[in-house]
Amino acid sequence: MSFDVEAVRKDFPILSREVHGVPLVYLDSANSAQKPQVVIDAEADLYANHYANVARAVHTLGSEVTHAYEGARDKVAAFLNAPSRDEVIFTRNITEALNLLAYSLSNATSFPGAEKFKLGPGDEIVVTEMEHHSNIVPWQQLAQRTGATFRWIPLTDDGRLVDEAIDEVINERTKVVSFVYQSNALGTINPVKRIVARAKAVGALSIVDAAQAAPHLPLDVQDLGADFVAFTGHKLYGPSGVGVLWGRYDLLAELPPFLGGGEMIETVDMTGSTFAAPPHRFEAGTPMIAQAVALGTAVDYVTDLGIENIHDHEHAITGYALEALASIPDLRIIGPADNVDRGATIAFALKGVHPHDVAQLLDEHGIAVRAGHHCARPVCVRYGIPATTRASFGVYTTTDEIDALVSGVRRVQEMFA
Amino acid sequence: MSDESVYQQIILDHYKHPQHRGLPDEFDTQVHHVNPTCGDEVTLRLRLAGDTVADLGWEGEGCSISQASTSVMSDLVVGKSVDDALALQAKFLDLMQSQGHAELTELDEDELEDAVAFEGVSKYPARVKCALLGWMAMKSAVAEARLLSEGNNS
Repeated sequence: MSFDVEAVRKDFPILSREVHGVPLVYLDSANSAQKPQVVIDAEADLYANHYANVARAVHTLGSEVTHAYEGARDKVAAFLNAPSRDEVIFTRNITEALNLLAYSLSNATSFPGAEKFKLGPGDEIVVTEMEHHSNIVPWQQLAQRTGATFRWIPLTDDGRLVDEAIDEVINERTKVVSFVYQSNALGTINPVKRIVARAKAVGALSIVDAAQAAPHLPLDVQDLGADFVAFTGHKLYGPSGVGVLWGRYDLLAELPPFLGGGEMIETVDMTGSTFAAPPHRFEAGTPMIAQAVALGTAVDYVTDLGIENIHDHEHAITGYALEALASIPDLRIIGPADNVDRGATIAFALKGVHPHDVAQLLDEHGIAVRAGHHCARPVCVRYGIPATTRASFGVYTTTDEIDALVSGVRRVQEMFA
Repeated sequence: MSDESVYQQIILDHYKHPQHRGLPDEFDTQVHHVNPTCGDEVTLRLRLAGDTVADLGWEGEGCSISQASTSVMSDLVVGKSVDDALALQAKFLDLMQSQGHAELTELDEDELEDAVAFEGVSKYPARVKCALLGWMAMKSAVAEARLLSEGNNS
């Protein structure tokens, strides 16, 4: 089936609006993707027709909403090719998913039977230099709480991991390796299986940040082989406020819980409590019910379009954009300049113009891009720049929009010349 | 360029030809202010003569809004009394906090001169800090210089 971008665009109501009197050109999907009407409807339908709390009411609405919520878990499990639906945990976003892991690991210090997860002085936690702050800060904090050492795999000048460093930084002292599948700041797609294999070889837990990968690449947890994979709903055309942590069942069953409260318990006594089995062990309190259900609809939407079709479309758009941007003088692409192992996110610096000026001027022509360090400040430090301008693409991005970006950037250059 | 644009010609002119740029050797006080969201920075030196801003110079880097605004501020306050300079700073702060709804009188416009060009920036909360960077630096420098001179006189 060929991919009909014009038909896809009709699914997204926001794409027909104007900004500053011109049609919106939305090139900020890596920040957050727009929502198709079916996702908006799914959330509204749940509230309008089926709403109650999940998992506790015996009445009809309670049963319908629980069915819908657990149905979303089934959809996500299928999307990830997870061996079991009980391996899918709903979180607020990927930041919470990664913090859940970091706090559960530090709770292992005093949790009976969780000795294998215990970290301490002499142990090492490894990330990469291209991580989002959400995959840096929780691990720095875990290192601080446990006395473990925080380490990272450095970057090459063209925005890839230094290959030799993978085997060197991940060593017999490593207990946790947490890394990004596709970089939000550079667009780089990392060699997930190679890093997972190295982590396994030294007996470390492997965690994949798939926030940017989930909307663009097939995400098969059995094929990737990692211990944990996390993503967020709002970048996958789903609602804000819901994310997913997938983990191997045997690990989740032994991992101490993070948040305590309702629905995560087996039994509660004033003298102590025992905890439910996964996934509910990690879903304390009333969850993001409508958002999870609508995320299930977003997963259906993406699956119906076909993740392979989406990938092919975006790969073509990225190639077109890389070539077009490369033709602009004084524009430096920050990240891989070739369209190999890179996703639909292109960051660049324009000589003599601050990225905030670029973004604001583009906005005056209806073009939405992001400017800043993209919550990956170490990347900017690595390349000696204060910030970048970033254009990122999705299922609805057209070559006309890339042309608008290119002429917009040229207009910015003329103004600041 | 439309009148709606944040990037009025005055702003671009000041960005391309900044006024009072450069750090004078003779100064009472030096301050360094940063805007963490954009990474804008300004280092400012100021000298008072009695109650007058006798000299002010700065170095900085960052977006055009921050650099142009610092340039406009320098032009306006050098030679003014400290009280007038601070009153103007308060007026500019009001303008920046107006969220695009400022109602400037003719007198305001006369006093603010080129700084009126930043009115459009007030609609963009993310950029207001850029426009205020140099003005806030000037305010701190004046306060420090005053403390210093009071100390010398006592």
